[in-house]
Amino acid sequence: MERVVRGRPLVPGSAAGAVLSSEQPLSFWGGYDQRSGEIIDRRHPLSGRNAAGTVLVLPASRGSSTTSAVLLEAVRAGTAPAAIITLGPDRFLALASIVALEMFQAPVPMIAVEAGDFEVVRAAAYAAVEPDGTIRCSGSSSSGQSSAASRPDA
Amino acid sequence: MTAGGATVELSDRDRALLAGQGGPAARIAAGIMVRMAEVGGAPRLMDVSAAHIDSSIYLGDATLEFSERLADAGARVVVPATLNVSGLDEHHWRDSAVPPEWAGKAHRQMMAYQRMGCVPTWTCAPYQTRHKPTFGQQIAWGESNAICFANSVIGARTERYPDLLDICAAIIGRVPEAGLHLEENRGGQDLFRLVDVPRSWQEDDTFYPVLGHLIGRIAGDRIPVVEGLDARPTEDQLKALCAASASSGAVALLHVVGVTPEAPTTAAALRGRNPERTFPIGRSELRAARRELTTAVGHQLDLVVLGSPHFSVAEFRALAPLLKGRRRHSGTGLVVTSSRIMTALAKDDGLLDDLEAFGGTVTVDTCVLATPMLRPEVKVLMTNSAKYAYYSPGLLGATVAFGSLSDCVESAVAGRVVRDEASWSE
Repeated sequence: MERVVRGRPLVPGSAAGAVLSSEQPLSFWGGYDQRSGEIIDRRHPLSGRNAAGTVLVLPASRGSSTTSAVLLEAVRAGTAPAAIITLGPDRFLALASIVALEMFQAPVPMIAVEAGDFEVVRAAAYAAVEPDGTIRCSGSSSSGQSSAASRPDA
Repeated sequence: MTAGGATVELSDRDRALLAGQGGPAARIAAGIMVRMAEVGGAPRLMDVSAAHIDSSIYLGDATLEFSERLADAGARVVVPATLNVSGLDEHHWRDSAVPPEWAGKAHRQMMAYQRMGCVPTWTCAPYQTRHKPTFGQQIAWGESNAICFANSVIGARTERYPDLLDICAAIIGRVPEAGLHLEENRGGQDLFRLVDVPRSWQEDDTFYPVLGHLIGRIAGDRIPVVEGLDARPTEDQLKALCAASASSGAVALLHVVGVTPEAPTTAAALRGRNPERTFPIGRSELRAARRELTTAVGHQLDLVVLGSPHFSVAEFRALAPLLKGRRRHSGTGLVVTSSRIMTALAKDDGLLDDLEAFGGTVTVDTCVLATPMLRPEVKVLMTNSAKYAYYSPGLLGATVAFGSLSDCVESAVAGRVVRDEASWSE
């Protein structure tokens, strides 16, 4: 079953991919391996998962002011998510995408959604985002959050 | 898709910069800044009169390319802009494990920011230099600990500026009119009441990083107010408090009642409002927070690291007598990270002689988190810095033991983690 929600496109674009989601914020500095796309914050529920090419769904980034630069490095290295969906606008992640647009003409589409829609996207297995902020969600993430949570800590 | 002012009200000068009249670099910087004002819902841009640039940290080809593209396009900062740590101790990197290719690129990035006219301070503690801002000054600072210190201890006004954006602010002297730049957003939100915390604890250096770690973890990105402090903390103790709360949380401003300039009273710190949440902080909460800062199991110890944020002259002065006439264990190193200027001042005062005789070293311009200076066999660190303790496990893959300055020295001598627990018992 497809569910369609609409958010605010902070950086518009089209992309699609498997949903990788968490309700925990993530600092990309010390949390995202720019060489591989792996989540390396060992305290984070997505630790060990690879976010490259996924539609990454997070409430927000967290902590360090270096988060934006790490995401920019990932864009250049081809290890960035295909799109990022946050609960409300996240300045640090949006900045990386705006700079990626300026420098590489390769922005990561970024959409801010409200709480109810955030839960819809988080529960999906697959999502496609469109430039006007439309998010088409399908499947359910039986493989997503639960397997990440039960994964033994690396 | 243009960075047009559909929602952001632009000044004539903003429009001129967007049109390229300030040159290509200013056009890029203005475009990014206006887009960011739109993302954050700011009504317009405002002036800042100084900046601190965290973008100087080399992470890889993208940050290098960003800096060189701006510099090659003729970017010049229009306000005094100090530089945060770089990815390299410019003159001493060959003594460490830093690979030459990394060093070459990190150095190019250092040069790019200097070409733009930034001041090569290379420190995460710019507030302890002559570039310290003043109360009420509107500034655009990067580096989480420095942001928190500038807002909280000095009463200057800055939002949290991420890497890439801080340099844009310095190139155009403009930022979104939002957040902590505005008086109405600076009131405290979470009230932390110290309950039965003895004066002797409050005067212990270890109290401040531990308290900062605790309130940062709880407050997240809210503004904490600390009430009930009887001691008069030193500048370095407040530095440790800010750095810790900006690591475990995203604290950009905190108030300490009776100590920091916007908090003469609890009511003033809260701007007359009720706190959103209130937390009593007693000895058991502090003990638990102190334990959280240690991830190392057992007593093995490879390296003591001091100086995050960068060591001040006062900290060198406190360290020297602890080292006098002693020598580190052959299997355990001791590194102090600091700025060139603080290290030069400490040397002039003869404060480095005991450190050298002890077998310790000083690394300047950078820190163990920002440059690959540690050899792979370094697996267990000890520090008195909550920031080092917080980030080392993720960024270095090391385990870490947290202790007082004195514990760190004793451990370096013994070659294993030793801690005096007496001051943290009943």
